[in-house]
Formats: sequence, C-alpha cells, structure tokens
Amino acid sequence: MTPALELDCRDLPCPRPIIELARHLADVGVGELLAVVAHDPAARHDVPAWCRMRGQEYAGQDSAADGAPRFVVRRVS
Amino acid sequence: MTYPADPTAGYLDSASSEPLHPAARDTLLAALDQGYADPRRLHRPGRSARLLLDNARAVVADGLGVRPDEVSFTSSGTEAVHRGLLGLHRARARVSDRIVHSAVEHSAVLHAAEWAPGETVSAPVDERGRVRVDELLAAADGVAVVALQAANHEVGTLQPVAEVAERLEGVPLFVDACAAAGRVELPTGWAAAAASAHKWGGPAGVGVLLVRKGVRWTSPFPRDDRVDDRSTGFENVPAALAAAAALQAVVAERAETAARQSALVDRVRAAVVAIPDTDVVGDPVDRLPHLVTFSFLYVDGEALVHALGRHGFGVASGSACTASTLEPSHVLAAMGALTHGNVRLSLARGSTADEVERFLAVLPDAVAEIRADVGL
Repeated sequence: MTPALELDCRDLPCPRPIIELARHLADVGVGELLAVVAHDPAARHDVPAWCRMRGQEYAGQDSAADGAPRFVVRRVS
Repeated sequence: MTYPADPTAGYLDSASSEPLHPAARDTLLAALDQGYADPRRLHRPGRSARLLLDNARAVVADGLGVRPDEVSFTSSGTEAVHRGLLGLHRARARVSDRIVHSAVEHSAVLHAAEWAPGETVSAPVDERGRVRVDELLAAADGVAVVALQAANHEVGTLQPVAEVAERLEGVPLFVDACAAAGRVELPTGWAAAAASAHKWGGPAGVGVLLVRKGVRWTSPFPRDDRVDDRSTGFENVPAALAAAAALQAVVAERAETAARQSALVDRVRAAVVAIPDTDVVGDPVDRLPHLVTFSFLYVDGEALVHALGRHGFGVASGSACTASTLEPSHVLAAMGALTHGNVRLSLARGSTADEVERFLAVLPDAVAEIRADVGL
C-alpha cells in the first residue's frame, strides 16, 4: 500500500496515535490512504474501531520501512 | 483518622467488589467468636465450627441452586477458577490435554489455561462480546475441557452457556460465574463452576467451587486432609458463613435489585450515547443488570477515571493507559470495541437514581475537557 501521508506515532502512547489520525485525516484527499505507524499495542484495535465510529475505511495493517507496525486508513468522506 | 459519612457514596465499581452486605457483617461478627476452632475436631468448639461450615455450605447451595455436597469453599474466586478448570482438565488427562475457551474469559481462566500442560484454543466473540457458538463447538470436539463464563466481567454480556452445554458431546464445561453469581440465576449444564463472595456482598477471601455430582474431577494441586477434599488449608469458617448470609440476602432481594439496576443502566446507556464519538459496549438487553461499559474517542482512560474521581465517583477502566502492562483490555479488543477512553460503571446495591443522575451530569463535561486539552 502506498499512502499519501504516513504519520510517525512510533513513540506515542495510547490514545495519541488515534488523536493524530483524526487531526490529519483532512490532509489527504477523499479516496486516498493515510497511514499511522505506532508501537502502541492499542493502535491495532483502535484504528479499525476509529474507522467504524467515524465512517472511514480500514485498509489493513502492514509494516513501515523500519518494520514498525503500520495501520492504513482510506478516507471515504 | 477520619472516615467519610458514607464510604460507598459515589462508588460505581461493584463489579470489582460489592460493599459488604449488612447481613454478612452481622453474621461475620457473631461467627468470629463462634467459629474459631478446627472443624475436624471432635470437641465442642470443633463441632460448633463444623456446624457453622456445614450451614454455610447448605445456604450457599440453596442460593446457587445446587446440592450442598457440590459446594467447596476456597480462598478466592481465582482459586476456585483454577481448581475448577484444572481439576476437570486433570481428570481428562487420558483423553486429551487441550482446553478451549472464549476469547473474553477473565484473566484467571486464561492464566490457568496457559499454566496447564497442553494446547489452548481461543474461540472468537461477536461485537457484543457473545461467544460464536458454532466456532467454539467446532474447536471443542474431543478436547479435555471447555471454559465459558456465565457473563462477561467487563461488558456484562450473558453467554449462551446452556446452549453450549447441550451441544458439547461428552466434553465437560467449566463456567466462571464470578461476575454473575448472586446477581442472576446460574446457567445450567456445566460440570464445574466458580464464584467469588466479595462480588455479591460477602467478605473477600471466600471463593466457591462447584463440582456437579458424578463429574470426574481430580485435584490439580497437592491435596490436604481437611473437611472437604476439593480444597486445602484451614477453613475460614466465619467468612464462609458471612458469604452465605450475604448470598441468601442478595438472592431474596434479587428481583427488586435487578429491576432497579437494569432501569438505571438503561438510563446511563441512553445518556452516554448522546455524547459524541462514544462506543457503548456490550449487549443492551441480554446482560447483567448492574453493569455498563463505554469508550470515548480521543480520551485517555486514566485521565477520565481521575477526573470522575475528583467529582466523587469511583469507576473502573479497561483502557491500556490505566493498566500496568500497557496492553489494552483483551475483552474490548476481541469485540472490536474502542479500547481507549474506557469506563466500566457497575452499580452497587445502594447506588441510587440520584447518584446516577449526578454522574451523568458531570460526565459530558469531563469528557469534553479532556478532548479540549488535545484540541479535539
């Protein structure tokens, strides 16, 4: 997956990665991908939950260039 | 040292521990003087302690709808879980060593399963936290034991225990009833079950292990030479009797308590969904009467627990930011629920409508202030 924007939240504790996700959604266009890179163990559950609650699409999990977990969201509205 | 006038005012965490029932307190004080001796001894104080212990067993059996010889007292709910699950597992060693459990079992069940020799399989739950019965049963064929809670301790959802028990062919079912016992009738069909007295208003340090008559159960731990060969250590007779008195009182009051608490929980659910970006978790109907769980987007669970504490309310949270491990609640995660900004509210016997209204009056601003701090 090639996101339009990747947020470095590697060192942020829960729930900061989700806060950054919300802050930067408008930085990508509708239909584009926004990625959150986070070591926080809650992010794996809370990025999909955020998508469900905010009506966005969860595109899945992969890895950033350094191997850190990366969670990808498609902006649909 | 000074104490607040009412030590339970604002206490909304009965799922962690219910305040001691007055019936338990009176019984405990009387039994401390009467039940000190070794119930195995033949002298008068020993016979008196034995009488009190047998009385406690009979009253607990009546309250939980089982036979007295199916009841054993342990030193905690956790110990009852360990003995119940692992004793069924041990007795099936020649058949299988595999344990199947739901993904939302209490950590006491998960740790016991992990400790036992053999593989464990976790069965998924739906978005309300109810185990997916077909997937549980598909994994359960020929295993040593299946573990399924009566109701979930974090979100209150009742589990389909009777249905699972009916469809398990020859595999014993262990039921962790710690969250449910005393509050709702126990489900049917299990081989062994566990309960915890301080969750229904008895004293801490009393667990109840139930093993059905005719079920094969083998102690997983060193044995002892006490009154009851399913437990070990010197019996805490006064506490067992106090636990029994609390259970008897709670069951007698249950219809009224459950109706009142269930209506208050409905009120909380309706008010909380009006707060933006809130995930109200668990089954709205098929649930424990006293418990409701919700999560707020962008909110640090620990900050919210402290903010509510400053308003005089004591609630629990399953969020990672409130746990020493930094791991989010495995229950919320398994349900696909939002794991941060989580609050579990559980009504105590004495919680009033006025208390709930005052809580609901401060909650929206407490959430809004934390969100404003992060600019959302």
